[in-house]
Amino acid sequence: MAQAIQVKDLRKRYGDVRAVDGVTFDVEEGEFFGILGPNGAGKTTTLEIIEGLRRPDGGGVSVLGMAPWPRNDRLLPRIGVQLQASSFFERLTAREQLRTFGSLYGVPAGKADAMLGTVGLGDKADVRVEKLSGGQAQRLSIACALVHDPEVVFLDEPTAALDPQARRNLWDILRGINTEGRTIVLTTHYMDEAEALCDRVAIMDEGRVLRLGAPAVLVRGLEAPARISVPSGVLTAEEARRLPGADEAGDDGVSLTIISRDPSAVVAAMAAEDALDGVQIRGATLEDVFLDLTGREFRA
Amino acid sequence: MSAFASFKSLSRAMFLGFKRDGGALFFTILFPLMFLVIFGGVFGNQSTAKVTVVQVGQVSVLQQALAHDSGELSEVMEVTRSGDRAAALGKVEKGDADAAVEQRDGRLIVHFSMADQVKAGTVRGLMNALVQSANQAAAGKPPAYTLEAQQVEDESLDAIQFFTPSLLGWALASAGVFGASQTLVSWRTKGILRRLQLSPAPIPTVFAARIAVSLAVALVQFGLFVLVAQLPFFGLRLGHAWWMAIPTVLAGVLAFLSIGMVVGAWAKSQETAQAATQIIVLPMAFLGGSFFPLDAMPRWMEVVSYVFPLRYLNEAMLNVMGRGLGPMSALPQIGILLGVAVVGALIAARLFRWDVT
Repeated sequence: MAQAIQVKDLRKRYGDVRAVDGVTFDVEEGEFFGILGPNGAGKTTTLEIIEGLRRPDGGGVSVLGMAPWPRNDRLLPRIGVQLQASSFFERLTAREQLRTFGSLYGVPAGKADAMLGTVGLGDKADVRVEKLSGGQAQRLSIACALVHDPEVVFLDEPTAALDPQARRNLWDILRGINTEGRTIVLTTHYMDEAEALCDRVAIMDEGRVLRLGAPAVLVRGLEAPARISVPSGVLTAEEARRLPGADEAGDDGVSLTIISRDPSAVVAAMAAEDALDGVQIRGATLEDVFLDLTGREFRA
Repeated sequence: MSAFASFKSLSRAMFLGFKRDGGALFFTILFPLMFLVIFGGVFGNQSTAKVTVVQVGQVSVLQQALAHDSGELSEVMEVTRSGDRAAALGKVEKGDADAAVEQRDGRLIVHFSMADQVKAGTVRGLMNALVQSANQAAAGKPPAYTLEAQQVEDESLDAIQFFTPSLLGWALASAGVFGASQTLVSWRTKGILRRLQLSPAPIPTVFAARIAVSLAVALVQFGLFVLVAQLPFFGLRLGHAWWMAIPTVLAGVLAFLSIGMVVGAWAKSQETAQAATQIIVLPMAFLGGSFFPLDAMPRWMEVVSYVFPLRYLNEAMLNVMGRGLGPMSALPQIGILLGVAVVGALIAARLFRWDVT
């Protein structure tokens, strides 16, 4: 497959801070690519350099075979960028907003109106942007990024500050956009979001890419133990610790939890003792990979 | 895609945004009109301006009359002396004085301008009376008639002639500076500037659209002001070259937008921009002659007024709308305003930032 984006040894510093310190990755055409990292990891700066909003101090970027810097008006119609939800003209309705952005790309009004339906805002066409809910504003902002039918779409933390329903709804829309064959690059600090949406993720911290790969591969590579839990009272912690494959067991009065690197052996033994009622097995998630890489201590 | 289509659609978006902004509508359109109504009403029934007369050389008729004046004369007439005949005539032409008088032997010659017919009539009447009483005095008889100064003109006409252009100037200045600075700051803080930077529309198109909206709004302000001032209650009489006020208004708006762009490029928040706008516009309105005539100011204030672009906008509009001077009388001021616009735009371009960080 062809490369939609190539980033090579990208560097950007602000004073003494190395915001981006040698970042390299490729994004394939049609891929859903995630950039993960804690606040201040350099995600947004990396994204802005790729979009052509900032000039890198070193390294190279190529998007659809073109350099995004300096402002390249042959490239701009082929990429779509979603900034924060508030990047709207004041006091316009959703439809007027979308038509105005569309007109910047020469998109006819009818096509812009159709985009409202795509993001499920058909019934909000005449509502002013100030009156839209957080999720609706976010969907409108994505519609504005898509109105000119771009090949590559950049989304900067699209689900920040949304409630669970609105997030799930937005994920469905994003999957739909990706299925149409568009390349999507998204930054997020929600691990479940990256796991649910992305084909591959780059985990960044302190301006560097720490890991790059498919979420499932990264999780497996962690070799983290599984946690098996059953309601308290079925087994004692003492009995549980003696089960084959169990590394550690504890009972907090609500659940008995067994930690194991060989969960199948533990479960088989529990089945033999008929102790599987209400069992829950939780493997490692991308969040564990993330915390393993970036540390657990709180950083303001 | 055509830059013009983007221009049209952006202008439309910005115009709708303005039209729906109740606060902006009030402060740019209604608030200045309220001032016009109040000022036109309050000062309409007061005598504010005296007839100003320039005395060229020795004019014994006038000097003697003033020497024996018991107050009536100085109530209606203010006399200044000048040795330079050409300069005195120039003053009358420009409307800085209502008449120039000189005496050659037995003849008292009054130079006046028909631009302000009421004042011209007043001056001639006054001078005629002076000559007659001097004749009687020369004949050696006690005067059979004495001069009693009467207010012969309706001063409200003069008040509206002055306040229409000068309050309009203030309205245009605050709308221009405020509009440009707020737009720039809010576009930057909201990320709209970056969003526009990421679209293929040429950046000058975006600014041209914003300027076009301001120019259109200014013409609406101009039209409303002139219409209201022409109501019988106020009685504005437009000079024959009033149409020259239109290019003057446009040049003035460009100058104030450009000042607003400087504020907007410099200020980090809307609050800062708002405060800076007030600091610029209010003193400029007072010292630029929007609330009272420049000739009523002390000398130092008049000197200071030359710093403010609003002075030139007011002066040019006053010349063609209120004083009834010819179209050329606004040209120097239009030139200065356009100069301010260019200098401001250059400074704003230097200070310009796409985003907050």
